[in-house]
Amino acid sequence: MIFSKLVTATLAALIVIVSPVIAAQEAKKIRIGVEGAYPPFSQIDTDGKLKGFDIDIANALCGEMKVECVMVQQEFDAMIPGLLSRKIDAVIASMTITEERKRSVDFSDKYYQTPARFVAKANSKLDASAAGLKGKRIGVQRTTIHDRFATSTFTQSEIVRYTKQDEVFLDMTSGRLDGALVDLMAADIGFLKTPAGKDFAFLGPIYSDPKFFGIGAGIAVRKADSALRDRLNTAIKSIRANGTYKKIQDKYFDFDVYGDPMPTAATIKK
Amino acid sequence: MLHGLLQGFLPSILEGAAITLAVAVSSLVIALAFGLAGASAKLSKSRWLVMLATVYTTVIRGVPDLVLMLLIYYGGQTLVNTIAPKFGYEDFIDVNPFIAGVITIGFIFGAYLTETFRGAILAIPAGQREAGIAYGMSKAQAFRRIVLPQMVRLAIPGFSNNWLVLVKATALVSVIGLSDMMQRAGLAAGATREPFTFYAAVAVLYLIITTVSIILLKALEKRYSLGVKVAS
Amino acid sequence: MNFAAIIESLPLYFSSLLVTIKLLAFALAMGLAFAIPLAVLRASRSKWLSRPVWCFTYFFCGTPMLVQLFLIYYGLAQFVWVRESFIWPWFSSAWFCAVFTFALNTCAYTTEIIAGAIRSTNAGEIEAAKSMGMSRSVMIRRILLPSALRRSLPAYSNEVIFMLHGTSLASIVTLMDLTGAAREMNSTFYLPFEAFLTAGAFYLVLTFVLVGLFHLAEKRFLVHLRPRT
Repeated sequence: MIFSKLVTATLAALIVIVSPVIAAQEAKKIRIGVEGAYPPFSQIDTDGKLKGFDIDIANALCGEMKVECVMVQQEFDAMIPGLLSRKIDAVIASMTITEERKRSVDFSDKYYQTPARFVAKANSKLDASAAGLKGKRIGVQRTTIHDRFATSTFTQSEIVRYTKQDEVFLDMTSGRLDGALVDLMAADIGFLKTPAGKDFAFLGPIYSDPKFFGIGAGIAVRKADSALRDRLNTAIKSIRANGTYKKIQDKYFDFDVYGDPMPTAATIKK
Repeated sequence: MLHGLLQGFLPSILEGAAITLAVAVSSLVIALAFGLAGASAKLSKSRWLVMLATVYTTVIRGVPDLVLMLLIYYGGQTLVNTIAPKFGYEDFIDVNPFIAGVITIGFIFGAYLTETFRGAILAIPAGQREAGIAYGMSKAQAFRRIVLPQMVRLAIPGFSNNWLVLVKATALVSVIGLSDMMQRAGLAAGATREPFTFYAAVAVLYLIITTVSIILLKALEKRYSLGVKVAS
Repeated sequence: MNFAAIIESLPLYFSSLLVTIKLLAFALAMGLAFAIPLAVLRASRSKWLSRPVWCFTYFFCGTPMLVQLFLIYYGLAQFVWVRESFIWPWFSSAWFCAVFTFALNTCAYTTEIIAGAIRSTNAGEIEAAKSMGMSRSVMIRRILLPSALRRSLPAYSNEVIFMLHGTSLASIVTLMDLTGAAREMNSTFYLPFEAFLTAGAFYLVLTFVLVGLFHLAEKRFLVHLRPRT
């Protein structure tokens, strides 16, 4: 029958179309998930190239381990699912080491550690407590530690979740949010020190409670991949020791971003 | 002037436009395959094939493209990685945003094209095919020489409509992280804090794509309708 | 399938279902209300009346709704004069921006559908109206529109389904509609299949309900066009 032939023919054609895409996979390279929308850690240049602290660290670690790496840019909330489904092998995306995440993935030692803080209109006079933020709209990036902390702490506030940190800042400037809970450095360099952030300022205490804010940003790997984790740990130690880390850090920050000791309100100028 | 307005992001956005077009054309190829297969299944004598095709078109037209795309992007990878080893394929298969986007859009518009093609085939009087067979053509010959050329003409209006909807659906791939022109505009908007400028640029590019498509498809329709009387 | 997680998330899905239905209802009501007069202008023989409407529909039918949504949600905030004007309290709400965009979009498509139906009105109906001595406005109200709106029903039912699917974009601008609920569930449990299939099932049921309602409406309002046997 002509129709069944047509069905077979089109299915065959489909397989021909799709299979080269599937076959073109190199197995040996390490695929690293990065974000690309989280300045100054990870962003995309006007010419479409990735740059930032995370990217430089990733390149330095790959150089140290003498492996070829491929950067896979994807959304933050797709990082752990991507890791679990073997789309990527490691996540270098300012991902904080937390107990909750450790249930699904494994982490290297930390490669930097910065606390979090509220950002709000400079003249807002808000009180950064659960009672003071009652009924206010707080912007966070979806599935981040800031999301988890705000969700469980400010239960009387409206938590507004965004896919990208940039979108939080866009809605801050347009006045849709009363405040945003953000990583200190991402807020400082990615927003407050840019022209768009001139009317905004930090608000309230610096948060670093390990229960929510973990013990610094680490590199997430699959639990079965302990070999890769160990190699990453060795590589982190050597770039710390041989000055590569400091060189990268000085490109972006004017203090010790590794977090020994953790920055306080006094050590950060603003 | 345009270059100044877009503050150096013009090349990046044009590159994104090329990716958008690549997504659209690749999905169209897949949609055509699914559409032909679907229409054939719906018109076949096998009850199972008819049912399968009906479930396909009903489910696809009942669920938003964004939901299907998120499902394939977040879930497709897990599925592929569970199934592939069972068939002895140990190597890693990457479902990147491009593949997820193209497969989803192709799969969705395959369902719409199924209906278009089915309608076009049914619109050709059965007597014509029978006449071909009476002249000694095989069934395949009768289909290729008599049904197919007329079917193309009858399917063009529905096809045009589907292509235009498909082009607009490509904007959704930005949501799953493919760096099409929509995503490039988003990055530029984040960097410059001028979202209107960049999304307006994307809107203009989409208008150009749809306008050119409409002109080309009109010409195609004219070409295939030669020899058909038009009542005016 | 992790059914425990689905059941745990069901309250979230039901509250988000309400958001989806509200978005759809507001957008359709506003869109249709403006589409009817616009369609009359669009079908008019005067270029001065039909051209401006054509520009509106050409833009909204020729660009993706996601671009339109971002232009209105993120784009308008770029201009200080918009942020300082009296309209800002409305446009600063994600809910309003989404409904506004959806309404404009469906208005454009609906305008074209109805205008098409007006143009294809049987000349006899118009001649009869004229010979009865009806004025133009009376004819539009009593003859043209009732007839054209009825004949628009099948195409309009497609538009409504498209719009239902379109409301899923609201999740991209932080609203908690069905798709937003699915993304929320996916990011809490990392269960993409459970999350998005559940949302898909909700949409499928909504689609069936809408298709069923339109079937009933077509039976009722298009009975005069059914082939007689």
